[in-house]
Amino acid sequence: MRAALPGVARRTSVGHVTSDDAAHPGILENAPVTRATPTHTTPTRVVLDAGGRAPVDPAARTALLEALDLGWADPRRLHAEGRRARALLDGAREAIAAQAGARTADVRLSAHHTTALHAAVRAVARGRRRVGRDVVVSAVERAAVLHAADYAVAQPWTADRGRRVTVPVDAVGRVDGEAMAAALAAPGVALAALQHANGEVGTVQPVARVHEAARAAGVPLLVDAGASAGHVPIDAAWDLLALDPPDWGAPAGVGVLVVRPQVRWMPDWPEDEDDWFPGGVSVPAALAAAVALERAAARRAETDARRRGLVDRVRTTVAATVPDVEVVGDPSGRLPHVVTFSCLYVDGEALVTELDRLGFAIGSGSACTSSALEPSHVLAAMGALTHGNVRLALPADVAEADVERFLAALPQAVARVRDLLGVHGL
Amino acid sequence: MTGAGPVTAAGTCGDPLVVDARGLRCPLPVVELARAARGAPDGTLLTVLATDPAARHDVPAWARLRGHAVVACLEDDGTWRITVRTGS
Repeated sequence: MRAALPGVARRTSVGHVTSDDAAHPGILENAPVTRATPTHTTPTRVVLDAGGRAPVDPAARTALLEALDLGWADPRRLHAEGRRARALLDGAREAIAAQAGARTADVRLSAHHTTALHAAVRAVARGRRRVGRDVVVSAVERAAVLHAADYAVAQPWTADRGRRVTVPVDAVGRVDGEAMAAALAAPGVALAALQHANGEVGTVQPVARVHEAARAAGVPLLVDAGASAGHVPIDAAWDLLALDPPDWGAPAGVGVLVVRPQVRWMPDWPEDEDDWFPGGVSVPAALAAAVALERAAARRAETDARRRGLVDRVRTTVAATVPDVEVVGDPSGRLPHVVTFSCLYVDGEALVTELDRLGFAIGSGSACTSSALEPSHVLAAMGALTHGNVRLALPADVAEADVERFLAALPQAVARVRDLLGVHGL
Repeated sequence: MTGAGPVTAAGTCGDPLVVDARGLRCPLPVVELARAARGAPDGTLLTVLATDPAARHDVPAWARLRGHAVVACLEDDGTWRITVRTGS
């Protein structure tokens, strides 16, 4: 067996596989693919929208391809191929556990971050239904947490139904730790959920304070570290911890939930050998996630300093060069790579499209950029302008020159979109 | 519903000016409200009617950025009715 357990990237002999080796099936021929080799007619793309789905780390890509050869089998099988897949899967879990400061046995792998968050809320709410039915959340939790909380409190597990108790945030998007501590100490609380940091605006939450209160109250705390893990260290202040591998450069198809053994839970789904996530997980995806996380951790000092500096540069430059703009989120207590701002009188969809045309992939929390009519609940909870929103999550290997190109192009792009609405002088 | 014909009544002290932005998507309700507010003396009352759910967040944010005050914010059957007073 060539590939192996933790430190997979270092010990694996790298197979030489490129996309050209594979015959492209017909399905790819119709996709709007920008070819890997740019020419003077295909301008280089600048990706500044890595939140939740970052460009895949090259070592993770290699690990994925190797694991497709070595770990394709069902890890539940007893034959040599199955045992090899099992060994790769266990190695991936061990490596992720080491990075998360957890026991390997407590690491559960799902197919997606959303699935992990849903399962955590549902299973703990059901497991503790006789203690309480309420779920306490911050107003800026990921939609998956809010929706799962609404779902759980409405289930007929007991004669009573619960409530979703939502703790507000301030203008930078930070929950008041004391208010959340008080809310979760009230009688009848099954579960509390607080993100490590907000992935839309970057603000870090007072998780240590809230976990201390949760422990005193005997209420389990779910910490969604989906936007933080791989970017900043996660300390031990959690009872359930959810991580989002594609956010740190793993291929999509895997999520992580770590559950402390003392947490009481009961599935509200059918029994399976993989009790938390029935059917198990893709072994190649799991291995690639572990390799990408080790890589992200090894590079953290460098990527942290560089990206913090670039975000500072974006914050000051945008405020100085774009009229009527509001940079949101905490300027210092924040993730190293996330920055968000809103431009008054700007159609967010038009701005995303205009910047895309110019070669920049950016995110937005504006309503007109989503399939729903509702704008970002995070921006709304902060009292920030929700239209004309630009959300950047810088990938780990972002080039300073690309950020400068974006900053140079932005003022004209905003002006062009404003001209379409005729808002000059308002 | 299209268009945003602003004025239905005269603005200071008595009934507010009404900006009908029903049916318009963000950021147009705020843009129409800003058009109506342009040149209005401090203390003018302006009410915007909007069906876009972003308006209930963006009108107060706009008012904060422009130094206006939100004096009322009501929802009735899917229509938001938000009144601002120009100036601080």
